[in-house]
Amino acid sequence: MEPMTLRAVGLCAGIPTQKGEIRAVNDVSIDVPAGSIVGIVGESGCGKSMTARAIMGLMRSPARMTGGEIWLNGRDIARLPERQRRALRGSEMSMIFQEPMTSLNPVMKVGRQVAEAVRLHANVSRQEADRRAVEMFEAVGISDAASRARCYPHQLSGGLRQRVMIAMAMVCRPKLLIADEPTTALDVTVEAQILRLMRNLCDAGTSILLISHNLGVIAQLCDYVYVMYAGRIVEQAGVIKLFDHPAHPYTRGLLNAVSSLRRGGERLDTINGVVPNLLRLPEGCSFSLRCDACEARCAQEMPELREIAPGHKARCHLAEREAWS
Amino acid sequence: MSEVLLEARHLSKTFPAGRNRRVHAVSDVSLRLFAGETLGLVGESGCGKSTLGRLLIRLTAPSAGEVLLRGERIDDLSEAAFAPRRRQLQLIFQDPYASLNPRMTVRELIAEPLKTCRACPTREATTQRVLELMDAVGVAREFLYRYPHQFSGGQRQRIGIARAIAAEPALIVCDEPVSALDVSVQNQILNLLRELQASRGFSYLFISHDLSVVRHISDRVCVMFLGRICETGPTEAIFRRPRHPYTRFLLDAVPQPDPHRRGESVRLLSGELPSAVNPPDGCRFHTRCPYATRQCASDEPQLHGEGESCVACHHPLE
Amino acid sequence: MRLNRQRQIVEAHDIRLESQIGEAERFGDLMRRMARENRLAMVSALVILLFILGAVFAPLLSPYSASEMDMLHRLSPPGAGHLLGTDEGGRDILSRMLYGSRVSLLVGVVPTLLSMALGAALGMLAGFAGGWIDALVMRLADIMLALPSMLLAMVIMYTLGDGLINVFLTLSLVNWASVARIVRSQTLSLKKSEYVEAARVIGVKRPVILLRHILPNCLPTLIVLFTLNVPAAILTESSLSFLGLGVQPPNASWGLMVNVGRQYLYNAPWLSFVPSAAIMLIVLAFNFLGDGLRDVLDPHLKNN
Repeated sequence: MEPMTLRAVGLCAGIPTQKGEIRAVNDVSIDVPAGSIVGIVGESGCGKSMTARAIMGLMRSPARMTGGEIWLNGRDIARLPERQRRALRGSEMSMIFQEPMTSLNPVMKVGRQVAEAVRLHANVSRQEADRRAVEMFEAVGISDAASRARCYPHQLSGGLRQRVMIAMAMVCRPKLLIADEPTTALDVTVEAQILRLMRNLCDAGTSILLISHNLGVIAQLCDYVYVMYAGRIVEQAGVIKLFDHPAHPYTRGLLNAVSSLRRGGERLDTINGVVPNLLRLPEGCSFSLRCDACEARCAQEMPELREIAPGHKARCHLAEREAWS
Repeated sequence: MSEVLLEARHLSKTFPAGRNRRVHAVSDVSLRLFAGETLGLVGESGCGKSTLGRLLIRLTAPSAGEVLLRGERIDDLSEAAFAPRRRQLQLIFQDPYASLNPRMTVRELIAEPLKTCRACPTREATTQRVLELMDAVGVAREFLYRYPHQFSGGQRQRIGIARAIAAEPALIVCDEPVSALDVSVQNQILNLLRELQASRGFSYLFISHDLSVVRHISDRVCVMFLGRICETGPTEAIFRRPRHPYTRFLLDAVPQPDPHRRGESVRLLSGELPSAVNPPDGCRFHTRCPYATRQCASDEPQLHGEGESCVACHHPLE
Repeated sequence: MRLNRQRQIVEAHDIRLESQIGEAERFGDLMRRMARENRLAMVSALVILLFILGAVFAPLLSPYSASEMDMLHRLSPPGAGHLLGTDEGGRDILSRMLYGSRVSLLVGVVPTLLSMALGAALGMLAGFAGGWIDALVMRLADIMLALPSMLLAMVIMYTLGDGLINVFLTLSLVNWASVARIVRSQTLSLKKSEYVEAARVIGVKRPVILLRHILPNCLPTLIVLFTLNVPAAILTESSLSFLGLGVQPPNASWGLMVNVGRQYLYNAPWLSFVPSAAIMLIVLAFNFLGDGLRDVLDPHLKNN
């Protein structure tokens, strides 16, 4: 069996409110094998970002993690004290965000910001840290790295800022990079550049957990994909399997929505209704109210996430067990 | 060919950028919009597509050039002289969260355009009309006295659409109307926009950075780069056979939702976007264009071509 | 003919639907909702109401004259005869409090309302119109803010002379500038908001945009400013009185009573304590009421 960089088991996270706990992440288990790119796809509010934050240990109050194990390179970090967890961030696991502008300090030169990240985890001189920062800038494809390092964030374009963020995340060579919608704020031509950069990082040995709502990005980059809906994983499969034989009606709905847009024609395929309120989930399957194939038992019991083919699981009563081959 | 509804002639807009510099947001753009058609306007952020949309409906005053509505100039009219024509030119916003006043109920929001054009004489008639509009855009009637924050993004966008169509406009500028929405909801809104157009005969100027959305909804497409139109033509012609190198790069860069077509001949655009404060001489794309020659760096290419398809390039692709 | 009949049926149906839809919220509903959701605000409203009643019916409620001296009972502590004790001139403190509340409440509320109306109007105008109007209003405000407010108040009071109306005018003139500044900056950001642009697309006229889209969204700020400015005005009045520029003995105001009582703080603390407590109570009441109003007017907290 291949070594796992990350293995999250039964992750639960929620936001306490006056009307009860919003269970934004509900029993989510995710494996990221070494040297692969694993995707989490879902619509806004499905809990994909909070899953990422829970793994990083960067929950935003009042959200909190309520259960589960997080195995990083073979040890459970979920119950480590905050000090030790902080030491892991940046050195063993890193994260990049959607909006690179707000994640960078606007009054500090970008080269210095990356050098600070080096000095947090490695006991090196300032000059050495600066040198490594420039080296990292070159590695992430920033041309004219030495002079760009002396720029402030607002002097750089969105694409360059995202490269700086990636440089900062990668400068201590973490094994795992979590990318939360890394290209959503970028133009398509820049997006293509960043996607290629992430592919190169993976080829160089970094495991990546990619969170995105864009099925195009997922299809282009990921090896294995988890689909989330209303806080739960509803389907997981290898990328080709998922796109060719989606088993869960929600996955099918998403794929149809995207492909009908590309196919042309008068009417576009949609998914009925809206994403349910996490405080008032329907009985049984969370997707039952929007599902065309909904049966009596769908409205009564929550289906298990069960294996329908090797490496392919779906949380649906009606998903056919495929021929084992 | 149907009637020309709106025409822009040599439209330019610059904004002050401090220290006596100016951002050239839109430079010398001419285009025509026909009654009942959908014209897609694509380009990356900062290419001036939103500014152009706002120039066309007189939300922003142009620095140079003319805008004609049914053959009549509207850019030089006074505010009072333009007021009766205002209702013909409407806008749907990108952000359904920011474009609705949080302190107004759905009724007040949809009634506002009716009041300004005095479409309904009485309070009852207004409410009646608001309810009809809610039906038309698919917002349930019982939400009449709800506030915007009680709706999802898609529902809010429907309210925004109801406001735009309330005054029965001739042209609606849709400024990235689905970019803030999830895929499944995005398709619902696109379907709605199409239905409304079929039943009420609006023209749309559809501004988007999402090429697949533009391809679906537009009859014709304009591609903008750094304040200029670099290519325009019927949608399928542009998507099947782009002639401007920039259009080609743009189309190639879209990540395909198909894992079988991974990494397929994706040629990446090199370099950085030139600054709109100090745009390059000649063709504005020449600094990044692999086919650029000396002529491209000195001569500004003009839009030229036969029929509906025009391209502004010295060396168009075949 | 038949078509008309059908239309009537459809309309009747729609009107019935409308009645199911419910009604827009009216002022009474608003108050009822506040009573339900925010007890503290309701209690505060009640406290303010009691103070106002006390001020209005002061002649009926006062057990003694507020200005007549009684040297035999100087500085007597609170007790059976004088419920809240007497002051250095033997005057009944309860009576003086009741009469003083007329001055203090008026001084707290009227100039604050005046200065806020002036400041909000000028601030919105400056922010919305821009250009030379903005420059003019803001330079004026800068000048007002650059001068020490106490000094300014003294100069105006010296020029106008004593009297309650003059105190009102003085306090209004001193306070409008800070309100104008805050409202202007809020107007500037609201002016750029998409929903104001959306209103322009629809063709809403500029004055209507100001009143319908900008003013209601400035309201939370204005309410907070009001609750901050009322106590400030009460205290400024007391300082003016102390300097001999506001209300003069034997007339009473709470501020004056606090100040006079300070000399007797060691042997007769109730002289200062009673009016201080009253000021504190009314200030807290205004604050809580302001919070309650802000919440009740916030659409995000409505019918959920």
